[in-house]
Amino acid sequence: MGFQPVKFYQTGTYTVGNRLLAERSVQAGELRSNSINSGHRACQGCGEALGARYAIDAAMAGSNNQLIAVNATGCLEVFSTPYPESSWQVPWIHSLFGNAPAVATGVAAAMKVKGRKEVRVVAQGGDGSTTDIGFGCLSGMFERNDDVLYICYDNEAYMNTGVQRSSATPPAARTATTMPVGAEPGNPFGQGKNLPEIAMAHGIPYVATATVADLRDLEYKVRRAMTIRGARYIHLSVPCPLGWGTASSDTIRIARLAKESGMFPVFEAEYGEVTGVSKIRHQVPVEDYLKPQKRFAHLFGKTPHPETVARIQAIADRNIRKYGLLEEGSN
Amino acid sequence: MSNRPFAITLKPGTSLANLTGTWRTERPVYLNRLPPCNNACPAGENIQGWLFHAESGDYQQAWRVLVQNNPLPAVMGRVCYHPCENACNRGQLDSSVGINSVERFLGDEAIKQGWKFDAPATVSGKKVLVVGAGPSGLSAAYHLACMGHRVEIHEAGPLAGGMMRFGIPKYRLPREVLDAEVQRILDLGVTLKLNTRIENIEQSMQDGHFNAAFLAVGAHIAKRTYIPSGDAAHIVDAVSVLRSMEGEDKPMLGRRVVVYGGGNTAIDVARTAKRLGATEAIIVYRRTREKMPAHDFEVEEALQEGVMIKWLSTIKQAEVGTLTVERMELDEHGVPQPTGEFETMEADSLVLALGQDVDLSLLDNVSGLEIKNGTVQVAANMMTGHPGIFAGGDMVPSERTVTVAVGHGKKAARHIDAWLQGASFDPAPKSEIATFDKLNPWYYSDADKTVQPILDIIRRQTSFDEVQGGLNETNALFEARRCLSCGNCFECDNCYGVCPDNAVIKLGPGKGFQFNYDYCKGCGLCVAECPCGAIAMVPEET
Repeated sequence: MGFQPVKFYQTGTYTVGNRLLAERSVQAGELRSNSINSGHRACQGCGEALGARYAIDAAMAGSNNQLIAVNATGCLEVFSTPYPESSWQVPWIHSLFGNAPAVATGVAAAMKVKGRKEVRVVAQGGDGSTTDIGFGCLSGMFERNDDVLYICYDNEAYMNTGVQRSSATPPAARTATTMPVGAEPGNPFGQGKNLPEIAMAHGIPYVATATVADLRDLEYKVRRAMTIRGARYIHLSVPCPLGWGTASSDTIRIARLAKESGMFPVFEAEYGEVTGVSKIRHQVPVEDYLKPQKRFAHLFGKTPHPETVARIQAIADRNIRKYGLLEEGSN
Repeated sequence: MSNRPFAITLKPGTSLANLTGTWRTERPVYLNRLPPCNNACPAGENIQGWLFHAESGDYQQAWRVLVQNNPLPAVMGRVCYHPCENACNRGQLDSSVGINSVERFLGDEAIKQGWKFDAPATVSGKKVLVVGAGPSGLSAAYHLACMGHRVEIHEAGPLAGGMMRFGIPKYRLPREVLDAEVQRILDLGVTLKLNTRIENIEQSMQDGHFNAAFLAVGAHIAKRTYIPSGDAAHIVDAVSVLRSMEGEDKPMLGRRVVVYGGGNTAIDVARTAKRLGATEAIIVYRRTREKMPAHDFEVEEALQEGVMIKWLSTIKQAEVGTLTVERMELDEHGVPQPTGEFETMEADSLVLALGQDVDLSLLDNVSGLEIKNGTVQVAANMMTGHPGIFAGGDMVPSERTVTVAVGHGKKAARHIDAWLQGASFDPAPKSEIATFDKLNPWYYSDADKTVQPILDIIRRQTSFDEVQGGLNETNALFEARRCLSCGNCFECDNCYGVCPDNAVIKLGPGKGFQFNYDYCKGCGLCVAECPCGAIAMVPEET
């Protein structure tokens, strides 16, 4: 079924809170756990810092504040915990770039041995540690169905190393430190690595995607995941103003356009089957999503590349068809 | 020297030691922008302010905020041409908020529940004479009474209401609604003297020991035009037709009634004639529908009721039973020019609706007054050239609507109050307008306007029952909640939620939010994601 937005009451559930609605989001609460506190060194308008607080606060609320977070190396780890400071207000552990899923497996096993069944484990990392470096460990964690919720904050490149291509970088996107192959600037078109679908292929109990633009949907999915035991995976789109070349104030707008254009399908799946889809509310062409991002500026400059934009639009169209992202009868 | 573990040199600490606010070049600030509805309201209502309370279902509080500016919401909710709705930002999203219908709901609810105005907190000991119990006189009396002044209204007519009673037909404004709202003002301790015509204002002020006066006698004298006519031709004016509707003897207009003019009064009188049994009510107007001063929805309602309109025509001659009409043409400036083509129309009576003049006789021999084009000139503070005598409503240059009149009454009351204290009233400068581009409309639910019920067409043509029905509690609440709250925080928690740095402090229900500038990096996300445009970025001081 998925998250059902409440349509009326002025802004319904589109806004973070709503004085007219009894049903509040975790983020609207004055006593939210603020898992990642002020003073962290993330850039202005960081989507990952925001997404991490949204997700971990919801996980705290969904686990009665009995939570241990494991972090892979990446921006999130670096900007939140420069020795000896930490922004984390939850028990938090960092080991290596590639082993966060394995460490989380260990923490979960330790809690089980100690009989602390109420303590839940979340592992988190960026797209680099998830789709590239820690991929083997993650697949193992899924295969063993370890009792861990893994959250991937996908900003579509290694931002911490100065904006470097990852296997989650979309085609045609420029990255600062990875030189293009061939004459065309930007990442080549390939088949990509669709991690939510790879996770689904493991047949684990719960897989979901979400964006920082739809808080209520994200909180619903994290809290839903916390009601399930076994391996769970949430893939969260978190725009990066630095790496994507967008204004710091545009982070949420860009995430919203990613969903509304069909570039980032938002859905949830159980045991390998899609069970719910967030429909597109106001469909936009991919240009609307691409144009505000400097990493795609070469597609619209003095020598525009409409054929490349058309290929990207084809990706969006395929997502829309495949997941049924449009309401019946619209467009 | 240290008892810390091997290779550990620093104590663990929180990132709160790192004041990221120093990164900022611009800072977000909360502000209240002026909603376009409030800006457009001639009565200066705080529309967004009262809708805010209506949204939560607190209708009494909504009504109390409303009447801070306008004591006649049930009247206004019926007769106002709602410029607020034309300005409403929601119009650019789906359709404007039905402000007028919610106002009517609140006004009716107040009458039903018997809500009263709060008694004045202070007594000033000053006495103010209000001349005329029309909308601006009543409005001024209400505001002056709330400020603690003793107010006496002298009304020349037999009943209070002015043009609201003697100009606006019952099918638009039922008289029990008007009576209830007038009585509520009188209950504040305002004295109303009916059938009391002021002949000499200075004398009356002296005799009654008034410290100031507010003149609001309206414009009741019908304008005439020269139409060659036979002695027996039945020519009457619209003002007297509408006025006689309030008396025992209804006007005799006949089966075929021709109304000459293109304003709202022409429409009112044609619709009235229809209800009195005329088989044909025809408006003759010299220009086109686009140029007609009457409001479009009233023209539409009249056409639905079977009123006919003869465009681009002037009346050249009137005889018993027939009229001679000349066809007109618009020249390149849009001015109608005669064509020399004539035709005749049958008509039992001709009603002239060509506008009204002000009866200025009470101002004879008052020193310092300036009268131009038949209206009294007033300064920005609504005071005439004679110190202590203020004027407003239809008798001063204005648009001549009930809403404008109510606005004049309020404005004059504030200046009179200041003048009585030997001070001057300086209105606060208007804030920046919350235009559509300041909003983030993504966050508002899609919801089309609620349609008010309309009286059955047969009953509209044959009775004086009110044409437009009101909203009920459910759809009034729905309509109120369509408000976008432009420019003013409605506590949606978005800024509190979207800040990646936890730099927004939520102060609790009704208290709003505050920025924690120690940590705010100035990313501007809160500004971009504020639905209603109640936050702005300003440059950081260097």
